[in-house]
Amino acid sequence: MDHLTIAPIILPLLAGALMVLAGERRRRLQIVLGLVSTLGLLGLAITLLLQVDGVAPGAEAVVRVYRLGNWPAQFGIVLALDRLSALMLLLTAVLGLAALTFSLARWHHAGVHFHPLFQFQLLGLNGAFLTGDLFNLFVFFEVLLAASYGLVLHGSGTARVRTGLHYIAVNLVASLLFLIGASMIYGLAGTLNMADLAARIPALAAEDRGLLEAGAAILGVAFLIKAGMWPLGFWLPTTYAAASAPAAAILSILSKVGVYAVLRLWLLLFGEGAGASAGFGGGWLVAGGLLTIGFGSIAVLATQNMARLAGASVLVSSGTLLAAVGAGQVAVSGGALFYLASSVLALAALFLLIELVERGRGVGADVLAVTREAFGEGEEEELEDEEVGVAIPATIATLGLSFFTCALLLAGLPPLSGFLAKFAMLAPLFAPGEGGVPATSWALLAALLLSGMATIVAMTRAGIDAFWAAPDDAVLRVGVVEIAPVMVLLALCIGLTVGAGPAMRYMEATAATLHAPAGYVRGILSAAPGTRGGSP
Amino acid sequence: MELIVSLAIGVLAGSGVWLLLRPRTFQVIMGLSLLSYAVNLFIFSTGGLRTGAAPVLEHGVPGNLAQHADPLPQALVLTAIVISFATTALFLVVLLASRGLTGTDHVDGRERDG
Repeated sequence: MDHLTIAPIILPLLAGALMVLAGERRRRLQIVLGLVSTLGLLGLAITLLLQVDGVAPGAEAVVRVYRLGNWPAQFGIVLALDRLSALMLLLTAVLGLAALTFSLARWHHAGVHFHPLFQFQLLGLNGAFLTGDLFNLFVFFEVLLAASYGLVLHGSGTARVRTGLHYIAVNLVASLLFLIGASMIYGLAGTLNMADLAARIPALAAEDRGLLEAGAAILGVAFLIKAGMWPLGFWLPTTYAAASAPAAAILSILSKVGVYAVLRLWLLLFGEGAGASAGFGGGWLVAGGLLTIGFGSIAVLATQNMARLAGASVLVSSGTLLAAVGAGQVAVSGGALFYLASSVLALAALFLLIELVERGRGVGADVLAVTREAFGEGEEEELEDEEVGVAIPATIATLGLSFFTCALLLAGLPPLSGFLAKFAMLAPLFAPGEGGVPATSWALLAALLLSGMATIVAMTRAGIDAFWAAPDDAVLRVGVVEIAPVMVLLALCIGLTVGAGPAMRYMEATAATLHAPAGYVRGILSAAPGTRGGSP
Repeated sequence: MELIVSLAIGVLAGSGVWLLLRPRTFQVIMGLSLLSYAVNLFIFSTGGLRTGAAPVLEHGVPGNLAQHADPLPQALVLTAIVISFATTALFLVVLLASRGLTGTDHVDGRERDG
């Protein structure tokens, strides 16, 4: 078997464990371990993506299967790597590297155990994207949530503990719903392997179908709570706004885990091959997605605080994805995946950027002051000399330009990738075909345009406040390690714009595989007899 | 048997949800615990319920798979118990931190005015 598939899980696990052993005192060692592990993950993700991209869509080898313990897929737990998993792995690694680099300037010593928690967060994310087993997905969800509880609370302070309490309570309930849904599905279908489930669902008896759909709906609620769909997402903006900047940046992919699970399971279990249950819940996804866009747009306009603005933008992006996925068309899903990549990168950059901008205005500074108070001023002072970094000339200009780029990306204005993504989602909905354009397409068009307008209005207002207001006396000091990750994330978005052709081709191949899961199912189930050792 | 188990799950889940919606953090954590017990029983029961079955082997009957309960839900429930125990313990710590920082045990960190 090919052990490269499991490496993205093993690497952060080992790094995190070693960091715990090394202890808080040897922070330099922890930093080195963290950077090595995260860079390694980036390398692995790129390698895996290139390997997966090598095969033609629809072929047997479209999914790479790793059987833990070499049990046949029906009995054991499998890891499955396909285009979607590889894409998510790459996004996780990029965000992880950016957030970790950013945190090295100051945030990582605002509390204890930042580095191990960060590695376990990456472990949980990678595991959730790789696993092909429903219960294993639950376990990895718990790993990533447990780590995110620690990261959300990182830096402590009243605001974080208060929102952290809500965040943990909401997610514990979501986990219980996940368990109910998964066990109902197991009770009916007798398997937890996602591919095997997809193969068994069409053959289910008619009287069991109601129970199966109820189980799937409960499971869906658990995922949608994580994705932040209205009315399940009220916890999201406050939590994201209160979290420290590097934690918020990595959280911006956390909400996409819910979207990923919906995309994966809904298309696999209730795709066209699902017999009587095909397309179950699609209307709910579209309606929920549209309502989320609406709520997110109002929240974007209503907020005064930049961090909450970014949190509300996460809602808009989740809603857009859910509505586009719910439309259930291959080409729209391709566009949605492009939007996912672009919006995750832009949101992470925005979260990091906001912290830098707010620092100059002394608003975020009070949070940092509380942190310093809580964890002793001595440590901060002692590290001050090496951590300050150079004051970049024209710092404000750089920050302003980055903010402007973020606004363009999130609002979906030309010429950047946000616009291309929205166009790629909308164009197939209005393609000339039989029977005219359905009302939901018009609704989605209106929602996307209005949410884009709301975003641009809100971000312009925030930008004027932040950059054009009378400058403070205090010189805004921003380290190179802090601005570099923001620039890299935005440069990647620009890269997505320039290289939109190959990127879109990849996304469309991904969407084609997702909408025709027969190859995926066959690939996993046919890998049954164990090949002992050696290469595949 | 089915009725007793389903009633037990229903009562646990009902009390759990009610407590979860209360304004005090201690009530919330009790609610979460009760809810997780309900869920654990529910998972356990998906393996099928039987009364009067032999624990492992029937005397004088050669063993076959049909005599045994499905072992997978038992494995799942073990995992679920461990995870919910750990997360509840974590929640308890956050609860205490919140009590210490805000000086109140209200879930919003402040008493409602009026």
